Amino acid sequence: MSHILTLFKKDFLLEIRQQHTFYGILLYVAATIFVLYLAMGQPESAVWNGLFWMIQLFVCVNAVAKSFLQESRGRMLYFYSITGARNFIIAKLVFNALLMMAMSLVSWALFTILLGNEVRYGIMFFGLTVLGGMSLSLVFTFLSAIAARAQQNASLMAILGFPIIIPQLMLLMKVANAAFSDVIQAGMFQMVSLLVAMDILVITLAIILFPFLWKD
Amino acid sequence: MHKKWWKILCVILLTYTVIGGFLFSVPAREILHETIRNLYFHVCMWFGMMILFTTSVVYSIKYLRSQNLRDDLYAVNFTKVGILFGILGYITGALWAKYTWTEFASDTEIFREPKLLGAAIALLIYFAYLVLRGSLTDIDKRARISAVYAIFAYAMLFPSIWILPRLLDSLHPGKEGNPALNFKDSDARLRMVFYPAIIGWTLLGVWITSLKIRLDLIKERSILND
Repeated sequence: MSHILTLFKKDFLLEIRQQHTFYGILLYVAATIFVLYLAMGQPESAVWNGLFWMIQLFVCVNAVAKSFLQESRGRMLYFYSITGARNFIIAKLVFNALLMMAMSLVSWALFTILLGNEVRYGIMFFGLTVLGGMSLSLVFTFLSAIAARAQQNASLMAILGFPIIIPQLMLLMKVANAAFSDVIQAGMFQMVSLLVAMDILVITLAIILFPFLWKD
Repeated sequence: MHKKWWKILCVILLTYTVIGGFLFSVPAREILHETIRNLYFHVCMWFGMMILFTTSVVYSIKYLRSQNLRDDLYAVNFTKVGILFGILGYITGALWAKYTWTEFASDTEIFREPKLLGAAIALLIYFAYLVLRGSLTDIDKRARISAVYAIFAYAMLFPSIWILPRLLDSLHPGKEGNPALNFKDSDARLRMVFYPAIIGWTLLGVWITSLKIRLDLIKERSILND
């Protein structure tokens, strides 16, 4: 437990010391949404929703990609000698989930400012944004570990990740639609619990499978 | 040719499928009519694909436990033949849709069908698996990393194939469950050919895979050294 906390603190400190990466992603989010605003003004809610989740996907690839790619070979060897594989992956998952939640909320704010406030049920959409950001980050954290072990760049991560994430992304879009109107979505609870179940599945798989990636 | 009884069984079953599939009487259904015979080919391809992918993931798990390259070789060949079955299932499905889903106005509209998209996603995931393998040169590393990805992808894929199409509207049957095993939709006359057909096509898939594996075992003899 203390190992996880220390590793988490290390990632957090690294983020604060090397602020250029953090601001890099923020700039990426802001620039993309600004371009969207220039291109389409204030779209209707269905378009708003679709664009929002697509932007989340690309932000996630950019934000999470570096988590393993930034670790050099020597540093991985150092981590290997001082801590277990499970602690390492749990720390990464938690850190990236929090980072992605923050990014999702920032892009929601920017969407509201630039593309108009389409969301009618704020609390519900807040919950979905947090859940969605977490779901995306968990999957891509694990894929980033695979891509890093293959000594490849972020593009391999996109190739591996996009087909896998499509079902979750479609579920998120479908559930989030309910936050825009008074129409009650059938099977809402079922879909949300399905998303949560898939998150748990990803975490379990990451914990079981990561030790095999780690050994060299 | 060792263990030949199931290969003979495969030939007999497939001969029966082709002859019975084209000649036996089938229930007359609205819209479907005689195209219902495609059930013996189209649906069997998906069954075959799922069985081959499942076998592949079992070998991936075995590889991670044993670190024996032989298991990796089995896993990748089962995946490749599974992809072949997937592509064949796609083609037979597209042909079937062409003659029954007349409501499509244009040729491109058919690509927006959720079930087709789901099948395309499944195939894309396994293409990504082959891309990942292609990007790695070290043999042990390739085996280990691709095994990890295969298990992860399989676990993510199968819940979504089964759950997601049921959430979206589609012309494809089976919104409420598995169409092929639903006794209300199918008929005793259909099942008489359909069940042997599933076994026959799956055996053919395994046969093709076993030939590919034996070829690879000879090619990689120097690495396997046993």
